Amino acid sequence: MSDLFDDPEPGSNTPEFTVTELSGQVKRTIEQGYGHVRVRGEVGRVSRPASGHLYFDLKDDRAVLAAVAWKGTASRLRTPPEAGLEVVATGKLTTFAGQSRYQMVVEDIAPAGAGALMAMLERRRKALEAEGLFDRARKQPLPFLPDVIGVVTSPSGAVIRDILHRLRDRFPRKVLIWPVPVQGEACAPAVAAAIRGFNALPEGGAVPRPDVIIVARGGGSVEDLWGFNEEEVVRAAADSRIPLISAVGHETDTTLIDFAADQRAPTPTAAAEMAVPVRLDLLSSLSALEDRRLRAMSRVLEGRGQRLRDLARALPRGEALLAAQSQTLDALAGRLPRALSGLAQRRRLQLTERGAGRLRPDLLANDLKRRGQEVHRLVRRMPAALARPMPERAARLDRASAALDRVVAERQRQGREALAGLDRMLRTLGYEATLARGFAVVRAGDTVVTTQAAAAKEAVLEIEFRDGRLPVRSDGGGGSGTPPPKKPSGGAATDSKPALSKPTGGGQGELF
Amino acid sequence: MTAPLSDLSFEQALAELETLVEKLESGNVPLEESIALYERGAALKAHCEQKLKAAEEKVAQITQGPDGQATGAAPVEIN
Repeated sequence: MSDLFDDPEPGSNTPEFTVTELSGQVKRTIEQGYGHVRVRGEVGRVSRPASGHLYFDLKDDRAVLAAVAWKGTASRLRTPPEAGLEVVATGKLTTFAGQSRYQMVVEDIAPAGAGALMAMLERRRKALEAEGLFDRARKQPLPFLPDVIGVVTSPSGAVIRDILHRLRDRFPRKVLIWPVPVQGEACAPAVAAAIRGFNALPEGGAVPRPDVIIVARGGGSVEDLWGFNEEEVVRAAADSRIPLISAVGHETDTTLIDFAADQRAPTPTAAAEMAVPVRLDLLSSLSALEDRRLRAMSRVLEGRGQRLRDLARALPRGEALLAAQSQTLDALAGRLPRALSGLAQRRRLQLTERGAGRLRPDLLANDLKRRGQEVHRLVRRMPAALARPMPERAARLDRASAALDRVVAERQRQGREALAGLDRMLRTLGYEATLARGFAVVRAGDTVVTTQAAAAKEAVLEIEFRDGRLPVRSDGGGGSGTPPPKKPSGGAATDSKPALSKPTGGGQGELF
Repeated sequence: MTAPLSDLSFEQALAELETLVEKLESGNVPLEESIALYERGAALKAHCEQKLKAAEEKVAQITQGPDGQATGAAPVEIN
């Protein structure tokens, strides 16, 4: 028993808790002490697991507070927490015994002043703008007269009524409403799905595809309109192939969908005005055009008709054009037979006067005879005329004859000179010169005898001396029965060329 | 100029009618062409008128399937 108190330790009389007991007490203490708190801080990391609960951090420069918004609360939050957003969170503190943590259970979140929210919006706008989602080049023109208008909005409330009324006033059309919640957590996904859903409708399908989309919502707080600032809505609007008009909030409210839309309308009513023209205006401009068309055509016809009438007046009548000519024709036609017979008559008369009297055979015969005599006379004169020296021909003959004389004289002179030249050459080269020096040529007939044996055979020889030839009889039989001197034709051995016989100078005349 | 009328939107038909009338008013178009313009103008005007007459309000609300896609459109009364 005493053992129990043997080793008393300081504080050992403090009751012990189990971990669970202690955690429970801490939980109670904290929940009682902080049952309702408002905390201002910047949203840190945000996570949304499949459970639907929303976990995020609230922080300032020195501390971090874990926060959770349970599934039911999270879908109702007017301002969904977003990293970097300065908020005021309302809720209570509690603990999570399983991890020895305390955390805040958030019931509501509000931006910490409009400035904070706007700063975040501006950051987001810049990011999307940098992506090119708001580029001018992406903007599509609105159709002039759409057949079907798609409206993304709440089917209850003033907005759709305003739009329908204005459409009815201007130009009643087919309207397709795609109902969406226009605020709260569900707003953004529904609006984005509606825009994409309209775009997904096939052309000519069971549900008509709108020619223009209006995304509309009435005025509200920044938080009310927050869904239209969400990225998914902005992207859906920017991607829309159907021209889109945004009309969210009042004129002073600007949401990010306005930047991505093809047209921004300040109000839903204004969106309806942008969507359709005024039917009555169109009818009146059409009827004005119709008037102009009719007037223009009648002016065209009038102008042409007037011109035609003017020209027709200026144009003389056909009969008038022909009348004078026709009359002339008649007159001439009347004169024609008379003229013809008159002419014939006149010609006949002329013939009789000038021709017929003279055309008698004896006249022709006389004429022939006269002409015959003339021919005879001319024939007789002809030989004499031919014989008569003809001065011109004579002169030509004289000239030719003189020319001939000149040519002959010239040719003779040339011949003589050539002959003298040749003679000089002959004298130099010929054997005659040799004869002058005492040599002689012995011939037998025409043959030059150069050997004693040949000479012995011949009865008669002829010796040529410088001044002539002397026939001698060889071997006592000397006679002068030799033929007359002949020109040496074969030439002596010493004679290089056949030369003319020198003594017969008269032979020169034969050249000519 | 010779596009089939049925292919023309109201806006196109109106624009063509406008240019056509201006041409006709200028007066320097041959008569045959004037007549052709006049007749085309009548057809365009009738086409536009018909488009303007088809001004009927019909309001329907999209019905969605479970996947969120449009399955149809049901007439709805909104006042």
